[in-house]
Amino acid sequence: MGQKLTIEPVTRVEGHGKVTIHLDDENQVVQTRLHIVEFRGFERFIQGRPYWEAPVLVQRLCGICPVSHHLAAAKALDVIVGVGPDNISPTAEKMRRLMHYGQFFQSHSLHFFHLASPDLLFGIDADPAKRNVIEVAREFKDLAVQGVMMRKFGQEIIEATAGKKIHGTGAIPGGINKSLSIEEKMKFLIGKDPLNVDQMITWAQGALDLFKDYHKKNKDLIDNFAKFPSSHLSLVRKDGALDIYHGVIRAVDTEGNKILHDVDYQDYLDYIAEEVKSWSYMKFPYLRSLGNKEGWYTVGPLARLNTCDFIPTPLAQKEFEIFRAYTNGKPNNMSMHMHWARLIETLHAAEMIKELLDDPDILEGELVRKGNKTIEGVGLIEAPRGTLFHHYRVNKDDQIEMANLIVSTTNNNIPMNRAVELVAKSYMNGREKITEGMLNAVETAIRAYDPCLSCATHALGKMPLEITLFNSNDEVIDIKRSE
Amino acid sequence: MNILLYGYGNPGRKDDGLGPTLVDLVEKWIIEKKIKNISIDSNYQLNIEDAYTIRDYDIVIFIDASIEEIDDFIVTRVEPSEKVNYTMHSVSPSFVLNLCNKLYHYTPETFLLHIKGYEFQLQEGLSEKGQENLESALAFVKNLLAEPEELIENLDARLLK
Repeated sequence: MGQKLTIEPVTRVEGHGKVTIHLDDENQVVQTRLHIVEFRGFERFIQGRPYWEAPVLVQRLCGICPVSHHLAAAKALDVIVGVGPDNISPTAEKMRRLMHYGQFFQSHSLHFFHLASPDLLFGIDADPAKRNVIEVAREFKDLAVQGVMMRKFGQEIIEATAGKKIHGTGAIPGGINKSLSIEEKMKFLIGKDPLNVDQMITWAQGALDLFKDYHKKNKDLIDNFAKFPSSHLSLVRKDGALDIYHGVIRAVDTEGNKILHDVDYQDYLDYIAEEVKSWSYMKFPYLRSLGNKEGWYTVGPLARLNTCDFIPTPLAQKEFEIFRAYTNGKPNNMSMHMHWARLIETLHAAEMIKELLDDPDILEGELVRKGNKTIEGVGLIEAPRGTLFHHYRVNKDDQIEMANLIVSTTNNNIPMNRAVELVAKSYMNGREKITEGMLNAVETAIRAYDPCLSCATHALGKMPLEITLFNSNDEVIDIKRSE
Repeated sequence: MNILLYGYGNPGRKDDGLGPTLVDLVEKWIIEKKIKNISIDSNYQLNIEDAYTIRDYDIVIFIDASIEEIDDFIVTRVEPSEKVNYTMHSVSPSFVLNLCNKLYHYTPETFLLHIKGYEFQLQEGLSEKGQENLESALAFVKNLLAEPEELIENLDARLLK
């Protein structure tokens, strides 16, 4: 008798996710799917609004990474106001970068300390009651304090550059609306211990050491868990450097061959298409040149380190060389190495914050530029979770008449499904009951991608984990629910 | 006595913005009245760094939109909880309080003001009934803050029994 196992929603993943696993008569996994209820109404919501409102409006899409949407929208509008993607003032670009690196630093720190470190410190097979940050706080207090302070430091950078925590207004079409004050700069550079950038760099190195130490002791798990071949796509600087704010789109195949050759993101529709599938609200992007079957790709920390040639800060570059040497310079396709890549990026973000704070342009200079208006623009940015596309077209009354957004989690739709399928086959084949270890493993695989699934309100996002077991007639034969 | 009022929610999702909207109004009022020792904060959701924020206060009042079956608003006392009930990117007030206790060995007197909301779709502005509830809650908070010495007593009097 064939069976369908349903796991919903995935705990510790923002929004609602549901995993279904179909077994055949011999309890072999024949199909797995990660169903994501993604909100798609935002593009319609923004239609008819004046274009200059977009950088503030789009933050309402997501309370988790509002800065990414804020900056991606502002970049698209730089094109529409005629300044173009490469011509905002040095002060505007550096302030936006500071905001973005602040966001990366806090987001990656949260992921590592709050979500990944419990798995790494206690093991993914540990009791879920123990595998959480409260237990980390109890048993590894110094580490938990570091996580809290790293988050706070990044949040304060965002507040200083974006203006406020909710609906920041820092980035505007053609530039930025403020520079940094000398007091703000000195606070972040040499502020009260521990909230200064040198301490953040030290702690970021410590987090990397913790991962590398765990990796040494758990090579089999870290290297082989949910490992599968994939293409990788990201923004890179025009000279091939890692760049999360601006550049060109590059994609490499599983051997490292370029399959998208540093193309202008204004032309992204020439290279990328989105497929709709009946069983998911989320679209499935793919490279047109390879088609919808072979053209899927991974985005995010692992993809960025697989596509770039180098990292333009010294400490992160040293770590990048170790990372690349581990796979002999070939793309790294090990899902759990996403954590490694994320921590190298955390270190890079801290170094970049220091470099920007030391730059005199951050304190004064031209804030906004103007040009000859156009009607269409694309903004591309690397959000912490991966590549984020914003595309707008405006009418003669300056209202937005078309908006198309491809968010990072959508880009990672197929890779997340692949990871879940691998884990399900590894844990479920030959079994007819869901074990705690299997549940943990599915969650661990999904969490490696740090998906932000719904941009839902927190009030509506509190649901327990529920597992439902169906037989071949779709009759529920078992339900498991956790708090 | 240092008091923190912390509203959370997304103002771009109708009544989910009740918390941040209330603290915005309270902030204007305390500036106008020159009331001291009250701090205001707001965010889309609570997170781990808020454990650090609240350690500096004697009393913390979180304000959130509620979908529970209540009339206009209620107050509950927040206790540190071992229960980990959180999504990937946000945490509950009891989680924040517990983390504060674990990391800094301190737990401020903490309350949660739940304001009943009705509509949570992606749209600006409060619903009509949400707006009414906001005004009731605002009047309650102003009365509380006008008598800081009686604040805990007055909060306790309004606690959901």
